[in-house]
Amino acid sequence: MDSTATRVPTLPGLAIWLPRLEAVAIPVAALIAGLAVFSLFLLALGNSPIEFFSLVFKAAFGTAFSWKNTLSRVAPLLFAGLCVALPARLGLVVIGGEGAIALGGLAAAVTGVWLASLPGVVGLPAMAFAAMAVGGLWIGLVGLLRIKRGVNETIASLLMAYIAIALMNHLVEGMFRDPASLNKPSTAPLADALRVGNMPIGIEVHWGFGVGTIACVLCWVLTDRTTIGFAARIAGDNVRAAQVQGLPVAKLIVGFTTLGGAMAGLAGFFEVAAIHGSANASLVVGYGYTGILVAFLARHNPLAIIPVAILLAGFEASSGLIQRRMDLPDATILVMQGIVFVMLLLSETLYGRIKFFRPELWEDPR
Amino acid sequence: MSEDLGLWAVPIAMLGGAIRVSTPFLFVSLGECLTERSGRINLGLEGTLVFGAMAGYAIAFETGSPWVGVLAAAIAGAVFGLFHGWICRFRGVNDIAMGIALMLLGIGLAFFFGKSYVQPIAPDLPAIPFGWWSDIPQVQAALQINALFVVGVVLAFAMAWFFKNAALGLRIRVVGDSTEAARAIGVNPDGIRLWSTAAGGALAGIGGAYLSLYYPGSWNEGISSGQGLMAVALVIFARWNPVMCLAAALLFGAAGAIGPALQTVGVTSGYYLFFAAPYVLTLALLILTSTPGKAQEGAPGELSITK
Repeated sequence: MDSTATRVPTLPGLAIWLPRLEAVAIPVAALIAGLAVFSLFLLALGNSPIEFFSLVFKAAFGTAFSWKNTLSRVAPLLFAGLCVALPARLGLVVIGGEGAIALGGLAAAVTGVWLASLPGVVGLPAMAFAAMAVGGLWIGLVGLLRIKRGVNETIASLLMAYIAIALMNHLVEGMFRDPASLNKPSTAPLADALRVGNMPIGIEVHWGFGVGTIACVLCWVLTDRTTIGFAARIAGDNVRAAQVQGLPVAKLIVGFTTLGGAMAGLAGFFEVAAIHGSANASLVVGYGYTGILVAFLARHNPLAIIPVAILLAGFEASSGLIQRRMDLPDATILVMQGIVFVMLLLSETLYGRIKFFRPELWEDPR
Repeated sequence: MSEDLGLWAVPIAMLGGAIRVSTPFLFVSLGECLTERSGRINLGLEGTLVFGAMAGYAIAFETGSPWVGVLAAAIAGAVFGLFHGWICRFRGVNDIAMGIALMLLGIGLAFFFGKSYVQPIAPDLPAIPFGWWSDIPQVQAALQINALFVVGVVLAFAMAWFFKNAALGLRIRVVGDSTEAARAIGVNPDGIRLWSTAAGGALAGIGGAYLSLYYPGSWNEGISSGQGLMAVALVIFARWNPVMCLAAALLFGAAGAIGPALQTVGVTSGYYLFFAAPYVLTLALLILTSTPGKAQEGAPGELSITK
């Protein structure tokens, strides 16, 4: 009997939903497996994983104060995750978000000092625009090098991140230095009108979280609900096929890398305008690198970036308590992230191999 | 004597600096060259370098012998390489992304276990005074050359010979150029790639041990500033040729030595810009030597980064 022809139409709901379930179940399973391997690592060193995870829960999600601590770290991870996820839709692995965050933050701070006398409604958008322009230019250049010269985007973006950080340090210690900043060279402090405040939601969380969430939703609309996003996915799957179809691959690459860089620039803007009040070395604390893990865990889906960023921000927020209570080095969270990342990439091999998610492969029950 | 050298002090300091700074580049790029020749890329060598620096320092401190430290770093690097090589055999696993994951994991593990070794002083690797013929102290200082650099130079030429003449070297090249062709002549591509990746990791580990045991000669969390990653880029414009890797490593070393060399004659401004010189140089060379749309001359055919 022709089993596939008769069976699939009887399961239209499952046939659509099981592959989607697969896209969620495999990363979640990889996350759990990664945390399990990390637990073994802790056990082998004589530490209690139960104590570790209960401390993480307490420090990250247990109280209103811990939620505040976690959510205020989410914003840069949302933007940094988008900086990786958007180019990834075209098959590009861009890992230099850290540099766009540093230069975006510097651009925002310098614009803020320049526009110090303006009210916030004018000044803040100008600062955000400057940050996005500089960040977008920086990562867009990576995309341009890719099409014009065939330069590998992974290596180029990381080299440009090192250059960006050196450039920021040079400018902050030279041209844009506030003479009053003695121990930690910084740009001049922003006027109060040019600081980003908290959202009116009961918890003290600055607007970066809200704007970042909206940015993720908008990017999802772009990648999953527009023809541009569809074209990008085709180009990501097979560049030659996309070119044969007449899709503007070069424009897509420059556009998506620029947009990703603009997002990373916004991360710098919020770090400066909501948290530090000036640009200095505190901009370079590794958000760009955690963003790589955020994007890969979310499988480059902008909507999935939101929960993943909250989870990873929670882990980072608990780092201090773990250091104090369990006497573990602050790199513990890095080790955990590394193990989860490895397990996640390993899980990529499972797609399409688990029969449960592939109704078309099911045996005829008769 | 020293005060008479004037501006000559800069090139002399740069020569010494180039040799000192280039050694980790040399080892990592030779390791990556071997791995890439087998058709696989390992971006995780930055993590391997940092972990090797930590392991080498810790073991040298515990045993009192820097050479045991170098050996430990090589073994640790080989373990990282084996792991990468093993994982990349699975279908659907992206070797570029896995390299990034292992870079983060290697750095994380190095910081985790290295926390208690930031303070203690481990014994240094010995240097050979090649400057004995000169009575100028700067020249003598510049030609204090570490034994590992000499080993690296010999290794570069040996590897070039190996790829050209040895049966195993030829097998590695066949696997790198075409998995199908390798299978057709009865060579197991997975096995060759696994061991090439392991050997590449071991060399990167040695490069790391050089950082912590000779120059700068201590272990801390800022020990590497992307040398492992730059070395990967360096292999691309060295055209997968070990001897060219040596030349490129020296060029990088010289770029990295500009800042400190200028400091010796009193130029201290623009520190961060000189610090960025190797990255700018790498990027510029990448741009100049890449060609859009076609595989590069000398590139292994199976390499995902040039496809």
